[in-house]
Amino acid sequence: MKRIRVIPGLLLHQKGLVKSVRFKDYKYVGDPINAVRIFNDKEVDELAILDIDASHEKRPPDIDRIAAIVSEAFMPIAYGGGITRVEEAEKILQNGAEKVIINKAAVENADLITAIAKRFGSQSVVASLDFKKNWLGATKLFTDNGKTNTRLDPEQFAKRMADAGAGEILLNAIDRDGTFEGYDLEMIKKISDAVNIPVIALGGAGSLADFKQAVAHGASAVSAGSMFVFQKPHRAVLISYPSQKELEQQVYE
Amino acid sequence: MLKKAGFESELASDEATVERAKKIILPGIGAFDHCMQRFNASGLRQLVTQKVMEEKIPLLGICVGLQMLMEKSEEGIESGLGWIAGRTLKFKKDQLGDLKIPHMGWTDVQVSKSSELTAGLGEEPRFYFVHSFYVSPDNREDELLRANYGYDFTAAVSRANIFGVQFHPEKSHKYGMKILENFGSL
Repeated sequence: MKRIRVIPGLLLHQKGLVKSVRFKDYKYVGDPINAVRIFNDKEVDELAILDIDASHEKRPPDIDRIAAIVSEAFMPIAYGGGITRVEEAEKILQNGAEKVIINKAAVENADLITAIAKRFGSQSVVASLDFKKNWLGATKLFTDNGKTNTRLDPEQFAKRMADAGAGEILLNAIDRDGTFEGYDLEMIKKISDAVNIPVIALGGAGSLADFKQAVAHGASAVSAGSMFVFQKPHRAVLISYPSQKELEQQVYE
Repeated sequence: MLKKAGFESELASDEATVERAKKIILPGIGAFDHCMQRFNASGLRQLVTQKVMEEKIPLLGICVGLQMLMEKSEEGIESGLGWIAGRTLKFKKDQLGDLKIPHMGWTDVQVSKSSELTAGLGEEPRFYFVHSFYVSPDNREDELLRANYGYDFTAAVSRANIFGVQFHPEKSHKYGMKILENFGSL
């Protein structure tokens, strides 16, 4: 049996955790430490925590806040948001996070990925790619929590990230965020064919069948936000995670 | 997690701390050479060696901390501690099929020999791994746990009072907690 990592993605915004739809319409879902404790009990594979304000506000990562969250976690944590320097990555890893997620700084300075990979190993650095189709139908890479169009091609950029030393690609479909409509399978296939490093699918998951689909299209791991913090159909806040049995029967190969 | 398992721990940066330690955990993050250089430069290597090799206090190497126990690593040029005979190897791409390097995620383990460290793990124990390199002990009897990623590799070793695990017990929920509890109770 091959296990597939199933990773809840949590968004830090202002004082708490939120969840968005298409990177907008934030809804408050609770306190991060409380959420981590619930996810401990549910024995989740891994957590990805993103501070979605930091880069946009040109603010460095809040190390104390990260340390407080990570020290509660009995599972691996990947943290992203506002990291622009190796020293910041070092502090985050020293405080017990397994990985740092780099988004905007990877576009502005791919050497940062290389420097972190050299110092801490490729497995500790995740390049996060937020993508969206423009009005002409071309898929472009975005930063600043979806606010800035870099005009870069995600496939070319993914290759650049792999060459720079990234250990994983977190591939996030902005248009599907929070929609429960399923992943962008075409892009998952395209990017995972283009690189030799694991691709984590994010954006649009609504069911375990979506996880299976993502893996069938080349994803090495799957991530989701809304599916783990909301109960359909009215987005009532309820933290959940599939049981081992459900994963074994419906997701693992 | 150690605290939750009921044990006190201190981050050792000076000899006095190592001197009063009843047990030592040797973690390691990142590149092998960087870890060895930092350990060698810490000024603690000699004392740790004395505590482990002469006083025989238990030591647990985690991840690169396990790899540091070996003689050499394909990842770097520095020598390892050599407390366990054998080398650290890179995953062989041509034998992995579609699997990618690093091996990252939860993987089931098989018990190669019984040990106090791995007692009471229960059925289907699984651990969180993140690594591109794995240890290959020369003596089969040093292998404690085995796992499979494309092919079988050594997931944990033990030799007398020296233990090492490739996975991250501190990030492996109740299974990791059990390992740390067992280590704390040695």
